[in-house]
Amino acid sequence: MLSLTSEIRTPFHAVPAGAKLAALAVLSVATFSISAPALMLLPLTGTALLYLCGGLRFARAGLRALRPLWPFLALLAIWHGLSRDLGNGALLGGRLLSTVALANLVTMTTRLEDMIAMMSRILAPLAWLGVRPGRIAFAIGLVLRLTPVLLDRGRQLSMSWRARARRRRPGWQIVLPLCLSALDDADHIAEAVRARGGIPD
Amino acid sequence: MDRDLIMTALFAALIAALGLIPSVTLISGVPISAQSLGVMLAGVVLGARRGAMAAALVVLMVALGLPLLAGGRGGIGVFAGPTVGFLLGWIPAAFVAGWVMERARRLPVLAAGTFAAVLGGVVVLYVPGILGMALVLRKSLPEAAGFALPFIPGDLLKAVVAGALASALNKARAGALLSRA
Repeated sequence: MLSLTSEIRTPFHAVPAGAKLAALAVLSVATFSISAPALMLLPLTGTALLYLCGGLRFARAGLRALRPLWPFLALLAIWHGLSRDLGNGALLGGRLLSTVALANLVTMTTRLEDMIAMMSRILAPLAWLGVRPGRIAFAIGLVLRLTPVLLDRGRQLSMSWRARARRRRPGWQIVLPLCLSALDDADHIAEAVRARGGIPD
Repeated sequence: MDRDLIMTALFAALIAALGLIPSVTLISGVPISAQSLGVMLAGVVLGARRGAMAAALVVLMVALGLPLLAGGRGGIGVFAGPTVGFLLGWIPAAFVAGWVMERARRLPVLAAGTFAAVLGGVVVLYVPGILGMALVLRKSLPEAAGFALPFIPGDLLKAVVAGALASALNKARAGALLSRA
């Protein structure tokens, strides 16, 4: 299972995860407090420059990660264009773009292990509530292992559906066998885990 | 206890896999992500507590930077985007779906499952979803609700599919529905 961490090395890879998250929080709050559309250029160019520190190829990967935002930016442009309020539209669009890009930057330059270590440290004080970081880490490992397995099985099921059915695309029909196989997996994994002495706390 | 955790992880993986399998079509020609179907199923099959834990596990792993959302999206950026409410809403959605399923034991599984999935996966999910869109895009609540409206028919259809799947699972494996165990 691939994580979203970029393989292109940037100076930010060396910065500790905690420092990056703290900087992200401060900069996001600062961006939210901007109320003049022209000033929104500041976080936008700043974020673009940060991405460019990692080189052109890294910046392009960053741009690709922003693709899901385009429908919302288009919506803002149409909405505020119709109400002749483009200044506010630019402000909202710029804020959305720069805060999401900045957050993506942290994800792209932080290794999964570092994020999990960070999470364990944050969750440790919650032990009295019954939160056990060891079990959460075990569950994360299990999901990481099982997602590609289920994904692969889903692909196989849709291929066999295509081979059998005249309709080319499978619909919800493949979800039932996928669920059944997952339920059977649970039995096998539970046995295997018990044989190895159970899940650590 | 261990089995609960394993079931939770499995359904988290199922939610992720359903979002990543390309081109699952629910209405002819319109590909819709089956990911929210996974959330409904987690609640309906596992029950309130375990279902909510499965959804929370996916949300946590997305925050840690794993591409588990439909189309391979993920990372902290999702939490700054307009769809943040729908993602966080998965947790109460699965909880309510499971809670209804645990209470509606008198009803047949198909009816109870569909009802639970509509209440959790549509009614409860859209409240934080619309709230998040209104906050991020700075629109009034009715305006944000208008943006979300086109997705409701698809989600209602998914709820019916969730009910049908729960009923079929119940027949195929006795005791598969932990929400009714």
